Amino acid sequence: MANIPADLKYLDSHEWARVESDGTVTIGISDHAQGALGDLVFVEVPEVGKSLSKGGAAAVVESVKAASDVYSPVSGEVVAANDALSGSPELVNSDPYGAGWLFKIKPSNTDELQQLLDAKAYEKVVADAH
Amino acid sequence: MGLKTPLYDTHVAAGARLVDFGGWDMPVNYGSQIEEHHAVRRDAGMFDVSHMLIADVTGARVREYLRYLLANDVAKLKESGKALYSCMLNERGGVVDDLIVYFINESWFRVVVNAGTRDKDIAWLKRFSDQFQVEIRPRTDLAMIAVQGPNARAKAATLVGQYADQALQLKTFVGREFGKYFISRTGYTGEDGWEIMMPVADAPKFWSDLKAAGVAQCGLGARDTLRLEAGMNLYGNDMDENLSPLESGLTWTVAFDPPERDFVGRAPLEAQRAGGVPRKLVGLILDDRGVLRGHQRVVTPAGDGEITSGTFSPTMEKSIAFARVPAATGDRVEVDIRGKLLAARVVKYPFVRNGKPLVS
Repeated sequence: MANIPADLKYLDSHEWARVESDGTVTIGISDHAQGALGDLVFVEVPEVGKSLSKGGAAAVVESVKAASDVYSPVSGEVVAANDALSGSPELVNSDPYGAGWLFKIKPSNTDELQQLLDAKAYEKVVADAH
Repeated sequence: MGLKTPLYDTHVAAGARLVDFGGWDMPVNYGSQIEEHHAVRRDAGMFDVSHMLIADVTGARVREYLRYLLANDVAKLKESGKALYSCMLNERGGVVDDLIVYFINESWFRVVVNAGTRDKDIAWLKRFSDQFQVEIRPRTDLAMIAVQGPNARAKAATLVGQYADQALQLKTFVGREFGKYFISRTGYTGEDGWEIMMPVADAPKFWSDLKAAGVAQCGLGARDTLRLEAGMNLYGNDMDENLSPLESGLTWTVAFDPPERDFVGRAPLEAQRAGGVPRKLVGLILDDRGVLRGHQRVVTPAGDGEITSGTFSPTMEKSIAFARVPAATGDRVEVDIRGKLLAARVVKYPFVRNGKPLVS
């Protein structure tokens, strides 16, 4: 059973978002998503300074099996990207909510955060996928 | 719900991730696909290949029949048990399927064909069988497990009792019946190993005994990365009914000699050979970061080509592929990955054999 932390927000396309104390939002893919993709071998993160819009393609994760787009849960500017993933993409598999984070955004519209799924709603998305 | 092999419940109980493959519910991986891949390159791994179809072809004129039906020439098979890889072509020279054929005796050959094409293949085999008075008998009473890797034979031999010594003496590309087993020294990984056919009812226990003997369970995911590293074509990806073996890296499997042997598809292949084959299948290595995938566009000075199979090679830790490109393509190409053109090198394959990279 995939791990779905209660304190995070989610998209039904399997991204998670965590609001940090400084107001930035950290984004990654869920444990369910990494499990479905299998061993990751390549991650392309967005450049710092890039403007992203909610729901737009922001990053690419590739496993041995397939390539998959990662969508941004909120609009805003990229303020950090996880460069460790270029040498160690497997961090997304081993620690999807920690060392396997993808990028951080400074949100331009915090109302968008309210539109994300909570853990309970995301659990239902995962259950229905089976 | 798809078709199920006799090991389906075993895979479910092992927590395998299942996918549809040619209409069959098959395990794609049990845990880490890369670890399964390394298990085969470094030690021993096993694959359920019971979805493939085994068929016995019998009759006094079976050799003559297969010499007409297959593009490779079963006249090469002189020693009992010897196997041959061949394409079966249509009248246009396209590939109906690729298969392994075993010569057992002068009135009995055995073929093993792909899972996704089995109905089509049986129909094709039967189309010519009356003419040569041969019988085609699908062996759905048999399951098949491939055990592959440098330690695969030693580990599997502990399970075949009195036959172990004789089975260990099988030469490469030879198969023989040993009681209820048919063991052949063949595979689809570029490693040493066996493919073992057995009664359906025996398969679950044989699988769990192999696991207890230290053989890793491996899914279709690892099977695909292993075969691509080993430079082996996959039907439906790298060749199909609309492509000739000459355009698919399989010229070596077509026996044009002796010239008097007629076989289905010979005339169009001769014409293509005389007129110049327009495209070729090549190996690619991507030095940039990224992953080559099937259907990506390959850009060359001689025109565009296409990737037919691409993946990340766990052994080489970079991306490799097969691509069909214009015949005049040199040693550098570019590949269109999500709108970016990345440089790739054209190399000879296989990429990896017996655990070692052959190209870098």
